[in-house]
Amino acid sequence: MMDVELLSRLQFAGTIMFHYLFPPLTIGLGLIMVLLEFQWLRTRDIGWNHAARFWTRIFALNFALGVATGIVMEFEFGTNWAAYSRFVGDVFGSALAAEGIFAFFLESGFLAVLVFGWDRVGPKMHFFSSLMVWLGGMFSAVWIVVANSWQQTPAGYHVVEYTLNDHIAYRAEITDFWAMVFNPSSVDRLTHVLIGAMILGAFFVLSISAFYLLRNRHVDFAKRCFPIALWVAAIFSVLALVSGHDQAKTVSKTQPAKLAAFEGHFETGPGDLYLFGWPDASAKTVHGAVRVPGMLSWLLYNDTQKPVTGLDAIPADQQPPVWLPFQMYHLMVGLGMFFIVLTLGTLPLLWRGRVYRQRWLLWIFVFAVVGPFIANQAGWIAAEVGRQPWIVYPSIQDGVEMRGLRTSEGLSESVRASQVLWSIILFGSVYLLLFIIWIYVLNEKIQHGPTDPEQHRQTPPTPDAPPEGLLALEADRLAGGAHLLDSDSRTEGA
Amino acid sequence: MIETLAVIWFGLLGILLIGYVVLDGFDLGVGILHPFAPADRDRRILMNAIGPLWDGNEVWLVTFGGALFAAFPVAYATVFSAFYEPFMLLLVALIFRAVSLEFRSKVKAVRWRRLWDFGFFGGSFLAAFLLGAAGGRTMLGIPMNQTLHTALDLSDWLAPLPLLVGALTVALFAMHGAIFLLLKTEAELQARMRKWAWRCYFAFLALYLLTTAYVALNVPRATANFQQHPWFWIVPVLNLLAIANIPRALRHGSPGYAFFSSSAIIVALAFLFATAMYPNLVISDIDPRWNVTIFNGCSSEKTLKIMLVIAGIGMPFVLSYTAVVYWVFRGRVTLGESSY
Repeated sequence: MMDVELLSRLQFAGTIMFHYLFPPLTIGLGLIMVLLEFQWLRTRDIGWNHAARFWTRIFALNFALGVATGIVMEFEFGTNWAAYSRFVGDVFGSALAAEGIFAFFLESGFLAVLVFGWDRVGPKMHFFSSLMVWLGGMFSAVWIVVANSWQQTPAGYHVVEYTLNDHIAYRAEITDFWAMVFNPSSVDRLTHVLIGAMILGAFFVLSISAFYLLRNRHVDFAKRCFPIALWVAAIFSVLALVSGHDQAKTVSKTQPAKLAAFEGHFETGPGDLYLFGWPDASAKTVHGAVRVPGMLSWLLYNDTQKPVTGLDAIPADQQPPVWLPFQMYHLMVGLGMFFIVLTLGTLPLLWRGRVYRQRWLLWIFVFAVVGPFIANQAGWIAAEVGRQPWIVYPSIQDGVEMRGLRTSEGLSESVRASQVLWSIILFGSVYLLLFIIWIYVLNEKIQHGPTDPEQHRQTPPTPDAPPEGLLALEADRLAGGAHLLDSDSRTEGA
Repeated sequence: MIETLAVIWFGLLGILLIGYVVLDGFDLGVGILHPFAPADRDRRILMNAIGPLWDGNEVWLVTFGGALFAAFPVAYATVFSAFYEPFMLLLVALIFRAVSLEFRSKVKAVRWRRLWDFGFFGGSFLAAFLLGAAGGRTMLGIPMNQTLHTALDLSDWLAPLPLLVGALTVALFAMHGAIFLLLKTEAELQARMRKWAWRCYFAFLALYLLTTAYVALNVPRATANFQQHPWFWIVPVLNLLAIANIPRALRHGSPGYAFFSSSAIIVALAFLFATAMYPNLVISDIDPRWNVTIFNGCSSEKTLKIMLVIAGIGMPFVLSYTAVVYWVFRGRVTLGESSY
C-alpha cells in the first residue's frame, strides 16, 4: 500500500496542474480580448468586433473549466491537509477569503455580461465588463500567489502554542497583514506568474491565427489578431527574462536550498551555470553537464568568484529533491529563451505582412503554444518541489526563530490511503474525460471559426427587445454593419 | 472581544451560506428539473435561464469555504477531512453541472446532448442531495475523539437524518428552481413548470413535516437554544407562513411572490440549522467535551478583525455586481447568438 503523504501530494499536484491549464490561459486571452475590443470601440470597424466575439467564446469555454476545477483545491486543503489547514488558517485563510470577495465575484459577475451581454448592453459597458473580467482574473492570481508565497517566505506572523481538547498544538498567527501580503517573494512571484499567463494567452492566439493563415481561412480575422498577439508575446517574453532573473536572486537569499536544487549546486563555492545535465544527488554531481564556469555567481552577484550556498550547507533532512526541480527549472528557462528568439525574430517580418508568406514559420507558431503551457507547469513544479520538505518554511521574525511545517506534518489525521487512492482514481478519470472533451470542443470552435463580417449582421446593442425600423437602421449604422438586407441571420446558438 | 468577533463571524458565515443556498438553490433546482422539459429548445431555455447567473452563485460557496477556513480553521479542517467521500463526490457533481452547461450547446448531435443532459441533471441532483446530507450529518454529530480523529463509514450516511435532509434539499431546490423558471419562461413551458412547482411543493411539504418530526423526537439539541431566546420562535412561524403562501401565490399566478416565499423558506431553514448548531461547529457524538465550537475553533482576534475589514470593503461591491447582473439579465429567456 502506498502512503497517505505521497498519495495526497500526487492528488494535489494532479488536480492543481490540470486546473492550471486554464487560469493562465484566460488571464492571457483576457488581455488580447480587451485590446481587440478597444480597437472595435476606437475604430468601429466591425471586423474587430467579430474577432473579440470569437475569442470571448473560446475564453468562456476555458473559464468554465477553470471555475469547475478550481473549487477542488479549496476543498482539498481541508479534506487532505487538515493539520496544515489548522496551522496556516489564521494567515492563509484571510488571503483565500479576500480572493473570493475581491476577485471571484468581480470576475463571475462581469463574465455574465461579457459572454451573454453582447446584445443587452452597449459597447462601452461591454468593453468595461471585459476589462473587469481581465482584472478579476489578475486579482485572483494576486491572492493565491500571495498565500503560496507566504508559505515559501513567511512574514508578518508568529507561531504560537494553543491547546485544543487538552492537548497542545501550534499554529501561525498573523501579526502584520501587509507584511504578510508583501512577504519577501510575493511581488516577484506574482509578476512572473502574470507574465507567464500573458505569454500563454498570446501564443494561443498566435497558434490559431497562424492555422487560419495556413489554411487560407478567416484571413482578415487572422491578420488582425496575429500582430497584436505577436507584440504581446514578444514584450512579455522579454519581461519574463527580466523578472525571472530578479526572482532567482530573491530565491538565492530567501530559499538557498531551492536555488541550489534548481542549479544542481551541490557544494558551496563559486557557482557554475549548467545549460543541460543530469543531476545525481547521491553522487553530488551533474552528469553529462554543459556548463559555463562561474556564470551562476556572476548572474547572482556580478562576480564569478563569489560563493553560492550549496546543498552541503543544508542539513540532510531539510534538503529538497534535486533532479525534478533542476530539470523543470531548466525546461522553463530554455522555453523562455525560445519564446524570446521566436517572437523577436518574427517581429521584423510583420513589416508589409512578410510573415504571412513564411509558411514554415507559421507552422512553428501553430505548435509553439504547447511551449508556454509546459513552461507554466514546469515553473510551478520547480517552485513547489524545490521547497520540500517544507509546506511552510521556517523563518526568523524579529530575531525569533519560527518553526516551519513539514509537508509530512500537514496531513489529515482521519484520512486513510485507500480513501485518497479512490479519489485519485475518481479525479483521474473525470479529468481525463474533461481533457478529451476540452480538446474536442476547442477544435470544433476553431474549425467553426469566427463569424465572417460578410455573412453576418451586427445585432444592435439594446437592453431589451431588438429595435425595429428606423432605430434598427440607426443602430446598424452605428455598429458599422452595412448588410441591412440580411434581416435575421442570427444563428440558433450553433 | 474575541467572543463577540467569533459570534459575528458565525453570523456572517450564516449569511454567506444563505446567499449560496438561495441563489445556487434555484440553479441546482433548474438542473434537477432539466430532464422534465422534453424538447431540445425547452432544455436550452432552462439552461440559459441560469446561464449568466450560476457561476456568480457558485462563488458564494467558494467564499463560504474560504471564510470558514479563515475564521474557524479547526472546524474547516475537521469537517472537510471527516466528510472526505461525500465532499469528493460533491466536487465531481459541481464539475459536471458546470461543464455540462458549457459543453452541451457546442455540438448538435443528439447523443452528445443526451450525455450532457444527464451530466447537468445528475450533477445538480447529486450536489443538492449531498449538501443536504452533509447538513443532516453535521446536526447529528460525528464520531470524533479528543485528538480530532474521525472515522465515518457508509452507515453514518445511511442514517435517517442525512437521508431525509438530503431528500428535503432536493425537493426544496427543485421547487425553488421551478418557481424561478415561472419568472423566466412563457406559454407551454411555463405551464409545464407550474405543474412541477406544485409537485415539488407537495414533495417538499411531506419531507419537511417528516424531518421536523424526526428532529423534534430525536435531536433535542436542535431546539435547545430556543429556551434562552424565545423570540426565535418567530422564525418557524414565519417559515410556516411562507410555506402556506406558496400555494396561494401559485394559484393567483404571481410567481414573484412565490419566489420570495421559497427564498424565505430557505433563509428560515438555514437559520434553524444555525440555531441547532450554535455555538458548536462540529459536534462529537462520542463526548460533547470534544465539540469544536466557535470559541475554541476560531482564528486569532487580529485575523477576525482583518477579515471584517475585508468583508466590509468587499460586500458592497459584491452586492452591486450581483444587482447589476440580475438587472441586465432580467425578464424572460430569449435564445440568441451567444446563448448556450
